[in-house]
Amino acid sequence: MKAEAIALPRLPARLWPWAAIALGLLLLILVPGIVGTYQTQLLTYGLVMAIAALGFNLLLGYTGLLSFGHSAYFGVGAYTVAFLLQYFGIRSMELYILLGVPVAALVSAILGYVCVRHTRIFFGILTLALSQVLWSLALKFFWVTGGSDGLRVSRPTLLAGTLEFTGSGSFQRFIFSYYYYVLAVFVIAAAVMWVIVHSPFGKALQAIRDNETRARFVGLRVRRFRWAAFLLSGTFTGLAGILWVPLNGLTTPDILYWPFSGEIVFLTLLGGFRNFTGPIVGGIVFTYIKTYAVATTEYWQLLLGAVLVILVLALPTGIVGGLAQLAKRLRAT
Amino acid sequence: MSILIIQLLNSLFYASVLFLIAAGLSLIFGVMRIVNLAHGSLFGVGAYVAAWLVGRAVNFGVPPIWLLLLIPVAASAVAVLGMIIEPLLLRPFYRRAEEYQLLVTFGLLLILEDLVRLVWGGLPLSADTVMDSMPIVHIGGLLYPGYNIFVIGVGVVAALALWFGIYRTKFGVLLRATSQDRRMASALGLDVGRVYIAAFAIGCFLAGLGGAIVVPSHSAVLGMGVEALVLAFVVVVVGGLGSLKGALVGALIVSLVRTAGIQFFPEVELAVLYLIAALVLIARPTGLFGTA
Repeated sequence: MKAEAIALPRLPARLWPWAAIALGLLLLILVPGIVGTYQTQLLTYGLVMAIAALGFNLLLGYTGLLSFGHSAYFGVGAYTVAFLLQYFGIRSMELYILLGVPVAALVSAILGYVCVRHTRIFFGILTLALSQVLWSLALKFFWVTGGSDGLRVSRPTLLAGTLEFTGSGSFQRFIFSYYYYVLAVFVIAAAVMWVIVHSPFGKALQAIRDNETRARFVGLRVRRFRWAAFLLSGTFTGLAGILWVPLNGLTTPDILYWPFSGEIVFLTLLGGFRNFTGPIVGGIVFTYIKTYAVATTEYWQLLLGAVLVILVLALPTGIVGGLAQLAKRLRAT
Repeated sequence: MSILIIQLLNSLFYASVLFLIAAGLSLIFGVMRIVNLAHGSLFGVGAYVAAWLVGRAVNFGVPPIWLLLLIPVAASAVAVLGMIIEPLLLRPFYRRAEEYQLLVTFGLLLILEDLVRLVWGGLPLSADTVMDSMPIVHIGGLLYPGYNIFVIGVGVVAALALWFGIYRTKFGVLLRATSQDRRMASALGLDVGRVYIAAFAIGCFLAGLGGAIVVPSHSAVLGMGVEALVLAFVVVVVGGLGSLKGALVGALIVSLVRTAGIQFFPEVELAVLYLIAALVLIARPTGLFGTA
């Protein structure tokens, strides 16, 4: 066979990323038609975690701040939804998002204002300590939050009440519809995040990450930029929490406990925090690894821990970073 | 009045366990500049090893008072574990960014938590024979377990021994020199690797000791390490990361607040602790006694 026969169509180099995105999206749209309900549900979880990780990575990858307390914002989103249902009887997903996102933004703004006074290890410990405040409140005020039992959240209505999910077969229908719902939100969130990190604001964050002193010298108000990044980051993770609850059907203090923050860090690193797509890949891959680890062995934490240690030792740039390096090496030969 | 004394003793008991964990965490940070997220799990391992050893010994019919000797044995076992972990897992990370150090210790935490479950199962393990063998103290008509007073004594002895070791021995000088300036210490011919291993082993020994002395009065349960770690964090944040005095004062503050909290404001007891930590971090990021 001649070489030209299998050669890929010639695209200008700048169109390649768009082609890749289009292909990825097409795959994501087609998947539920191919696989079953269970796989669709898993992938929805993956997309939700990808949104959380995108938000988290604005701080770690682009601003250079490692938060060990992002469970707080995820949990705030989730608990806001649960409260809206429990105490106000609201059942519309759109209202959950419209009301939940400002709440998550407000909490991130307040906690962020405190946290960005520090960097490096102190920033990490401060975020952790503050997230633990929320965790202990959720655990102890059981008459409001349900304590360690948490709060149940039934299936919401989608698209302003046009889609309801009751009766027989409603679970399958819900998973199917909700997947596309989350996918749409995910695409919007990813696009917004892309714009943010490629805007002058995003460039300023990267300048601060790379050299704080110089950034200050050219006139950037470093702490204010970090605060804004923190706010956006927490809001995205809060949005993920909002989307996560109806899928899980239950919110417990576990998602506010600090090991969950560790999971968010883990999955971002798994994908690779030095590039934009890393957290997305990490969110989806981590969901699968965790689900199958839980399903195959009682000792899934052991497995995850081992994966994490090996990852940090051998593949510090994550899956996407590793693939990029591989591609570069292949192109060189 | 006697209630007050008992509450005070309770918080001293608690402070002495917290001090052991926090001192180890602080020592490791002070010398190696690593925040060891797996430190709580090492405390948990100490508790399980001690409970298991006591259980074996009771089966063999060892007289209860000899069982106390098993506590340092369990702590030493954790120290040996530390001597395996440090060169194997931590050494490759000293030159890397802090993020990776946090992550590798987080991975270690996941591994240790499950290893404990793998070895000892999911049921709580208790070693109350040790506690029952100690006399009961009468305080103003109320009864108080003598074992708790023994634990307070261990805390005091450990604090004195640590202070002596760090500020009055040659090894302490090496430790402090490495902590001040690792490269300079190395340039002067100090085997920094060995100092690191020793520091990490001592830190692990302290965590294991904390677990081993707590297990006769509270059973060893899964997840105890994760819980202990955040409390130890609060202690070192309040006292100052890397400071021995800070760990002591921090442990006292945290346990007094906690005892008062359980008595007067049980709902927000934990939240108040974390808020104190956050406030200290905002006002004095290096803690009350920290210099880092």
